[in-house]
Amino acid sequence: MNDVLGIINLHENEKLLKEITRNRPLAAVPFGGRFRLIDFVLSNMVNSGMQHVGIVAKSKYRALMDHIRSGKEWDLARKRNGLFILPPPDHVHYSNSIYKGDLENFHNHLDSIKKSQQRYVLIAGSHTICNIDYNDAFQFHLNKKADITIMYKKELPDKEKSFSMATVLNVDEEGRVIDMEVKADKTDCGNICMEIFFIAKELLVKIVEDCVARGEFDFIKEGIIKNLTRYKVFGYGYNGYMAKINSIQAYYRANMSLLNPEVWIELFNKMGPIYTKVKDTPPTTYRENASVKNSMIANGCVIEGTVENSILFRNVIVRKGAHIKNSILMQKCEIWPDVMLENVICDKDVKITQGKRLIGDPNYVMVIEKGMVV
Amino acid sequence: MKNVRRKECLAMILAGGQGSRLGVLTKSLAKPAVPFGGKYRLIDFTLSNCYNSGFDTVGVLTQYQPLELHSYIGIGSPWDLDRNNGGVFILPPFVQQKGGEWYKGTANAICQNASFIEQFRPTYLLVLSGDHIYKMDYSYMLDFHKQTEADVTIAVIEVPWKEAYRFGIMNTDKSGRIIEFDEKPAHPKNNLASMGVYIFNWEVLRNYLALDDCDASSLHDFGKNVIPLMLKSGKKLMAYAFNGYWKDVGTLESLWEANMDLLSDNPKLDLYDRDWPIYSDNAQVAPQLIAATAKLNKSMVSLGCYVLGEVTSSVLFSGIYVGEGAVIKDSVVLPGAKICSGAIVERAIIGQSAVIGAGCKIGDSARSEITVVANQVIVTENMVISGGAVVE
Repeated sequence: MNDVLGIINLHENEKLLKEITRNRPLAAVPFGGRFRLIDFVLSNMVNSGMQHVGIVAKSKYRALMDHIRSGKEWDLARKRNGLFILPPPDHVHYSNSIYKGDLENFHNHLDSIKKSQQRYVLIAGSHTICNIDYNDAFQFHLNKKADITIMYKKELPDKEKSFSMATVLNVDEEGRVIDMEVKADKTDCGNICMEIFFIAKELLVKIVEDCVARGEFDFIKEGIIKNLTRYKVFGYGYNGYMAKINSIQAYYRANMSLLNPEVWIELFNKMGPIYTKVKDTPPTTYRENASVKNSMIANGCVIEGTVENSILFRNVIVRKGAHIKNSILMQKCEIWPDVMLENVICDKDVKITQGKRLIGDPNYVMVIEKGMVV
Repeated sequence: MKNVRRKECLAMILAGGQGSRLGVLTKSLAKPAVPFGGKYRLIDFTLSNCYNSGFDTVGVLTQYQPLELHSYIGIGSPWDLDRNNGGVFILPPFVQQKGGEWYKGTANAICQNASFIEQFRPTYLLVLSGDHIYKMDYSYMLDFHKQTEADVTIAVIEVPWKEAYRFGIMNTDKSGRIIEFDEKPAHPKNNLASMGVYIFNWEVLRNYLALDDCDASSLHDFGKNVIPLMLKSGKKLMAYAFNGYWKDVGTLESLWEANMDLLSDNPKLDLYDRDWPIYSDNAQVAPQLIAATAKLNKSMVSLGCYVLGEVTSSVLFSGIYVGEGAVIKDSVVLPGAKICSGAIVERAIIGQSAVIGAGCKIGDSARSEITVVANQVIVTENMVISGGAVVE
């Protein structure tokens, strides 16, 4: 995999996560107690043996830069290759300019992509959660002599799941992609595109240049779907655990799915580790009378109350008599005595004062914005 | 040699000790690397104190079983001591053109590294132990040392009178000047014990180290030889009183006890203090998963644990599996251990990656002795290990 350049494409639809992405890109959304979404794709790339990763940033990327810094946690602070951030073109920072699409950003950094030593490129988004070794898919790409290989997961109909604005593809018996569409509304089954693409670097450069020359700026719609007949595009089916974070509901369900020990083990203990920016937090303390059931808890928490079916990020405090149920509490939340929370997502630094009761619906969870005091 | 920037005060951590009374835990591990408090190793406290106090140049003197300690410290990144200017330096004994030898004592260890110290041209030398648990701002002590114009300042802590015989006791006058030093006195006149934290004027110390080096009868120890020699020749030695939590975990009992200290409602050692964080090498694992069958009470649990059983008054390090129906009580479980379903562990220290088979009964809460299962030991199903036993 040393011959593969990783490009993490952060041109993702961020509006779907509403309050949670108000001040951060999707890639920097906290997930699973101590991670951010981008940790998964970055760790997968590193664990697969890739050494050169570029992050195509789109907007609000301060939170992301703060998280990634030099890339040291992912072993990507290197003298050769390593991690680099590709910010959007300058004009995007001005209010009257319109961001045309991800290909504009790719085009802006084409010289840097051309210059890399790698002959292949793996393009992936940050909102697909999985722990995967890309080597098998890459081998498939080479064996099939494909121009482009797209990873997908076949999802059976499931009421619990829904994929908003997912890309769905059809493959023939050989694995060749014959049709592909970006769904405008929700879908719950089909071959869901994982937004992971293998492509030769030269071909990527050609597609970017061709599209931009014709005034086309969308990588999936115009770079790939329009070219399905021109190039050999294959689909590679993946069978492991995958979650796509493209709505608040999907975010909530994906977090909750980690409470299933099989998912917890598959995502964290089977393949390579998921790396993240480390914080020096002490272990979690469970005080007398604490009651914790079916929950995932990060370090640094102090729990005196009751927690069930919930996810607690680092440094969360749950005081006596508080009852947390089916909820997600991000870093440094403080829950005062006798609070009742059910089906709630508290963003970072939220304080819920004594005796408050906040109850959302399992199908429409309540989100409390970062730093709020209720 | 490259041009090294001058440092006003250099810290030297004595980390070569064996900790022989920790038995199986220090069989292949230096005492400063002994795990503590759910995620730390003993030396984290001294290194974090250095960084938090603003000391950025630290020498770590190692000797006994240094492999794990060396790889743990590495280039000092967890404590922000990976620096271009200063940083952490690991200093094991070395061979010289004519001979070279092991560190013969604490003073000799510093003496052998005089040229390392000289390159920073320090005015003061802070000498520390790498195996004590405490949070202390050394910069205040340095201020005190400068104000009192002392030659040596020794940090002291009040210990209970009945335990004073175990420590090096400082007898002081009203101004805090040390007039007498009693190493483990049978009849202590005072209860101010030395914490093993010293600030020396480097020039003064250098001369005394040279004197001590020539003395064939000396044990080359700070407490036994160098400090008494300085006292005798009228140097100004001051006692700097420290009040806070301080613990020298010399024995398995005291190591166990120090872990239990963390579980009280208001622990004297506050690990959650954001103004004085204790840095450590952080494991890259998932958060802990607490199953519906689990019961957790008065316990500290770290990352990567998967708990299905009952944990009471215990400290669990990272990556521990506690099976359904298993009970862990009054115990310390080191990283990666597996406690299978139905096993009962009481008043015990379970070593790294040890496996306690299903239905085992380890230790006994009713007895005062600690039961120890060494690292990597596999205890087969339904074994009963009585209280106070050591399983290797």
